[in-house]
Amino acid sequence: MRTWIEKQLYLIDFALASLARKKAKHFGLLLLFAALVFVLASVSLYTHALRRETQSLLAASPEIVLQRLVAGRHDLIPPGYLERLGTIRGVQKIQPRLWGYYYDAVVKANYTFMVAPDMAIARGEIVVGPALMRARGLAPGNGVSFRSYTGELFTFIVGDVLPQASELVSADLVLMHEADFRAFFKYPEGHYTDVALSIANPQEVKNVAKKLLNQLPDSRPILREEVLRTYASLFDWREGLMLALLSAAILAFVIFAWDKAAGLSAEERREIGILKAIGWETGEVLSMKSWEAILIALAAFLVGYLAAYLHVFHQHAFLFEPVLKGWAVLYPRFALPPHIDGLQIATLFFFTVVPYVAATLVPIWRAATIDPDAAMRL
Amino acid sequence: MRPAHFALILLALGAVALWATFIEADGRANRLAATREGARALVARLQLTDPVLFTEARYTRHLSQADLHSAFQDHPLAFEHFPSGSLVPPPAGLLARYAHLD
Repeated sequence: MRTWIEKQLYLIDFALASLARKKAKHFGLLLLFAALVFVLASVSLYTHALRRETQSLLAASPEIVLQRLVAGRHDLIPPGYLERLGTIRGVQKIQPRLWGYYYDAVVKANYTFMVAPDMAIARGEIVVGPALMRARGLAPGNGVSFRSYTGELFTFIVGDVLPQASELVSADLVLMHEADFRAFFKYPEGHYTDVALSIANPQEVKNVAKKLLNQLPDSRPILREEVLRTYASLFDWREGLMLALLSAAILAFVIFAWDKAAGLSAEERREIGILKAIGWETGEVLSMKSWEAILIALAAFLVGYLAAYLHVFHQHAFLFEPVLKGWAVLYPRFALPPHIDGLQIATLFFFTVVPYVAATLVPIWRAATIDPDAAMRL
Repeated sequence: MRPAHFALILLALGAVALWATFIEADGRANRLAATREGARALVARLQLTDPVLFTEARYTRHLSQADLHSAFQDHPLAFEHFPSGSLVPPPAGLLARYAHLD
């Protein structure tokens, strides 16, 4: 074993010396390889962390949101509808929601106006999301006017601003008293936007949704599971979109690496011929050349991955953030808690390091098995 | 020091740094967990259903609450007016995102 280790150390020494003979070429390859790993790892780390964060926040969302549909579109919940829901077994709590959209021409952004029944907001007061506060330059105690859809001007006092830590889900919110909401939107009394339902047994959510559909055929129950799936698919889609855009760069690298690894130069063939002529075994030549490829690929993977980690979790992924997070006038600012998926990193390793090392071996094996005299003459 | 030792030590340091990213990520995620609890509580309290990623249209602001027939739902076959439409996946039916309740 000791002899084997000693032999490998000599082979690594030789491989390093061989790499050093063409410093610029190998350094360029290392940089390019590391840049590719950096880009792929950044996309993967950012998307995974964003996916995990959204899933973790939305795990607290209502188990079922029930909408009413009219001609295939979302409509208001009329009076009497809630009473019919109460008769369905398994429904623990029924909470009608009041919310809607308001386009603010001042900053050209949409706000979500919402009634927060358990937040004790006084009439004439609003509680705003942090991004809205920034966009309109508001602070607690300031007055702000909105022109309603009837043309009437309503002035509200900002009672409070929602915590910055919740910005991912609250950036554009305007919370208000129910009477203010109904007056602002001329919302008919007894009508609601939709209904949030709590289900006693989490295993029964789907069955309750089926019962809801049977009893209220004009309703559309949206399960929490579907909400989570929607966002999982959104981030998968965007990760895929980003990778599709990067595919040209990936392909360019593959061609470059293949050209470098698969097409041995005359000089390299001569080197292999000389090594064989002075008594190296085919296995030793293969080991030495494998070490060259392994050293380059491992170094590039580590440099690329570590740079991606710093870029994503310490520099807010400034290079890819607009594409991966989306954009809006009310852009939420939030610190993304890092989540690294070991399997994802292993996959990245498998698809970058392994193919490169494998690609180098075939031509070297072919060159190392021919006669040294022929190899030197090629 | 012989070059092989130097190279192997560098690679080992890199591997340790890779392992350290997992530890650091865990630590930071735990530190941020307290602030996330506040956000989770807000989601539960206000019964929120969607993150504020795109606010330009109702079906992008509340993607999960949007009408079923299309992500781009101004009228059937409508072209998308808003830039975030290009970042949103195709309609639900094509991806089977929704649970079958019939």
